[in-house]
Amino acid sequence: MADSNVASSEIAELEPVSGASWLNLREVSGDLVRGLWEEIPLFRLVLGMCPTLAVTTSAVNGVGMGIATAFVLVSSNIMISLLRKIIPDMIRIPAFIIVIASFVTITDLMMAAFTPELHHALGIFIPLIVVNCIVLARAEAFASKNGPLRSTADGLGMGLGFTIVLILLGSLREVLGNGTWFGMPALTGIMELFNYEYQPMIVMVLPPGAFIGLGLFVALANKIEERRKGKK
Amino acid sequence: MDNVVEILLILISTIFVTNFVLARFLGICPFLGVSSRIETSIGMGMAVIFVITLAALSSWLIDKFVLIPFDLVYLRTIVFILVIASLVQFVEMVIRKTSPALYNALGIFLPLITTNCAVLAVALLVVQKEMDLFPMLFFAIGASTGFTVALILMAGIREHTVHARIPKVLQGTPISLITAGLMALSFLGFAGLVRM
Repeated sequence: MADSNVASSEIAELEPVSGASWLNLREVSGDLVRGLWEEIPLFRLVLGMCPTLAVTTSAVNGVGMGIATAFVLVSSNIMISLLRKIIPDMIRIPAFIIVIASFVTITDLMMAAFTPELHHALGIFIPLIVVNCIVLARAEAFASKNGPLRSTADGLGMGLGFTIVLILLGSLREVLGNGTWFGMPALTGIMELFNYEYQPMIVMVLPPGAFIGLGLFVALANKIEERRKGKK
Repeated sequence: MDNVVEILLILISTIFVTNFVLARFLGICPFLGVSSRIETSIGMGMAVIFVITLAALSSWLIDKFVLIPFDLVYLRTIVFILVIASLVQFVEMVIRKTSPALYNALGIFLPLITTNCAVLAVALLVVQKEMDLFPMLFFAIGASTGFTVALILMAGIREHTVHARIPKVLQGTPISLITAGLMALSFLGFAGLVRM
């Protein structure tokens, strides 16, 4: 215990010297933006597939799941980055999992209390955020090596990127499979203007739609990236 | 006789109708990541069946005799993930000591299983549905067998698609996802076979 106190006081003394580094705005914004395209979860890093495919039957579910995951990502990133000098290297993975599981339990209970309908719709996939590879991957790859501020930015960026993909996939499946978007008539409304009745593609809200939809989205992301590289 | 019918129904419904990978979306990561050769996916599948059944049994027992009597049900997620992680470590150690042959076959897959969400999902589902001991055991066996079936089928398809000419943007993850989608479509044919 005494050792760690000494270590932390030493670090406190050292930090003002390199003080600029933890408030470096460019670095922090870089961490934030990286999660939005360069390393956007699901498109570039193929992590966290299960909840993505399972809950995106509607855009609303996508938003709910995205925010829940982002909350867990940000809070566990902050916590782990604060504890990174205390946790011994040998047992870091179990320690990370406990931190993550605690925040997931908090999310689970909060959602059951405040958004019972969404909680019911997402079902078992809320506790399963624990085993969502993105959260553990960011804890291990980023938060355990960087300060709280940068880890917050990283968690926020990754969480936002994840949410965006969930909303995209949820919208595609809801619009094609149900004709609505966030519960509002989208395709059904447009078709009504032309006096046609929209026949929903039910397959899109069923499991195959999830796989094929995400497959096409990843292919699209690959195509855009290829173009971008070509321009450089 | 009734029990036999019930067990058969549980097995059929978990393996085919609500297949864990293709209908419930659990365990997608190893499904897409591992399954490129049939032999490795058989090994992985066996390890998963073994671990899921053990994990479901131990978390069911802990839930029944510790969490419910002490009114700690809200700690399920934390307790179960710890049980699973330590169980996997323990199984790995036991197998390494007792059976080197089995260790060579399953060993490398065991650490991967901790992050397989199907394991935690089975543990949570059996306590949420308040199953009894035997339905619970067969649910776990059926669920993991369903995972294995999907894994082996996928590996079989993958062994052929490596020789196919796939457009560049579709290579890798996209084509695997679309293949899985077509498999899920064919598994939809089992829908309505058993009503659970």
